[in-house]
Amino acid sequence: MISAKNVSKNYGEFAALDDVSIEVQPGSLTALLGPSGSGKSTLLRIIAGLEVPDAGTVILGEQDVTHVPPQDRGIGFVFQHYAAFKHMTVRDNVAFGLTIRKRPKAEIAAKVDELLEVVGLAGFQKRYPAQLSGGQRQRMALARALAVEPQVLLLDEPFGALDANVRSELRAWLRRLHDEVHVTTVLVTHDQEEAMELADTIVLLNHGKIAQTGGPRDLYDRPANSFVMGFLGPVSQLSEGLVRPHDLEVLPEPHEEATEAQVDRVLHLGFEVRVELTPAEGEPVVVQLARHEAERLELAAGDVVWVRALTAPVPPDATLADVSDEEVPGVPEVKGPAVTD
Amino acid sequence: MPETNAVAIRGGRARASRLSLRFVALLYLSALLFIPVGLVAYKTFQPGISQVWASITTPAAQHAFMLTIEVAALAVPLNAAFGVITALALVRGRFPGKRLIEALIDLPFAISPVVVGLALLLLYGREGWFGPTLTNAGIQIIFSFPGILLATVFITLPFVVREVSPVLREIGDEQEQAASTLGASSWQSFWRITLPSIRWGLTYGIVLSVARAIGEFGAVSVVSGKISGETETLTLLVEKRFNNFDLSGAYAASTLLALIALAVLAAMVFVNRRRDSE
Repeated sequence: MISAKNVSKNYGEFAALDDVSIEVQPGSLTALLGPSGSGKSTLLRIIAGLEVPDAGTVILGEQDVTHVPPQDRGIGFVFQHYAAFKHMTVRDNVAFGLTIRKRPKAEIAAKVDELLEVVGLAGFQKRYPAQLSGGQRQRMALARALAVEPQVLLLDEPFGALDANVRSELRAWLRRLHDEVHVTTVLVTHDQEEAMELADTIVLLNHGKIAQTGGPRDLYDRPANSFVMGFLGPVSQLSEGLVRPHDLEVLPEPHEEATEAQVDRVLHLGFEVRVELTPAEGEPVVVQLARHEAERLELAAGDVVWVRALTAPVPPDATLADVSDEEVPGVPEVKGPAVTD
Repeated sequence: MPETNAVAIRGGRARASRLSLRFVALLYLSALLFIPVGLVAYKTFQPGISQVWASITTPAAQHAFMLTIEVAALAVPLNAAFGVITALALVRGRFPGKRLIEALIDLPFAISPVVVGLALLLLYGREGWFGPTLTNAGIQIIFSFPGILLATVFITLPFVVREVSPVLREIGDEQEQAASTLGASSWQSFWRITLPSIRWGLTYGIVLSVARAIGEFGAVSVVSGKISGETETLTLLVEKRFNNFDLSGAYAASTLLALIALAVLAAMVFVNRRRDSE
């Protein structure tokens, strides 16, 4: 088990982490999610020992490792920009941790070949990192981290520097790998979709504090506040609060609970149809409809319809709205706020 | 076809200007570099190869050659080791006075070697600050080997620092962090990660230091005392022979110096090729 207790870290005046505590269950895959500057990477680096917290303790397994250097923590760490050893072949990169531990050569060779097989780089042993694509380099970095059989695998935005299609491929691959290897994994990401796809547990951070911890569905369906709601997915703002665009119903006839609105735009996006509406009172909203539903309603720009929320709206949280300006959805957010670093 | 004509004329003009540029560059290099060096080589071998051989194998010449090599062989490794340490401190470290040190590193480039020699004289000479103490202890620095070594170390100090620092800055410290998460101590990470990563910058710095150490004249001239067979380096030998109207001897020693320099240059080209191909 990994736990960090009451961890704080300041960089000058800036509080990167403010009294944060987390617990990671053995064998789980936990995502540290949050916008840039939320402290998620700092927390991961403190767990790894690459940063020293100003206050608080870090426990790996049963041991208090707060003041143990990274080389003695039994961790595997994967960096966003791969940190490949450029002057070494793929084989030597993956073998590095075992070479340092002075394992017998035959054992190292066997382990390296096995891991390269696992990460899909068999036959690349003699290449140099410069001769690999970004995705291949990151898979090599994963094999390198796994070679020392770490008790904890720490991934710092591992797919952040990759193309969108490579990224989604590697995500699915990482999930399968985790199901096979079962090493306790902590992943840092700013991409809520990545966190929801990969993680058993999501720790959502904002401004150095934990906004909410829970399973992906907990956070999505039962957000603790409007920041969590806005960060986990698209939202539409009604006068009563925030709802998911797919939790809005469009009615052709007047209804007692529904608000009158005019259709501004109808976008056909394959299965999903996105309807932009302006209510008689209030800000424009976005509604997501399944294709058959949209076809049944025969919506077109200029139509007058009635909208109502199918779930109770989450009231906007004043204190949170103050501290996080870009993340809180004031305008109808169509895509999830993917914050890029 | 007026258009094609225009293109042809423009092409012709471009070609002409390219050729004249090459001509100017060649002329400049010839006047300043090829002709003087070529003349030295020509003058050297004019009296015949046997005389050249005799002139560079006199006891004084042999000693000067050995002394030059010895000084370089000590000064360059010293500066390589401290250069890497200094570069690491300047790039990675955060300490007060860093800016000042960074500026001071270039001092040996900025001040004339003669001034360096005089400064050493003021410190270690018989009348200098440490002079009496050193004399009492029976240590002689000025007019002996340690003085020449000190002068050469001072003159070649910046090369390794200046070549290694940008490489260190470029590679960053992520690879070292990765090494530490994989179980490497800082010492292991230095030998296995940092040093191999900066090896071409380091080699280049060493090659430049060797060239400078061998060719140094001004500072060494002040502190060596120019005692033939004892504290006379190759450059000092050239000067002495020239002043004694032994022109062919001076040419022969010069050619020897030039050959060493050529070997160093060849090493540099080789290093550059290797660096580019990686």
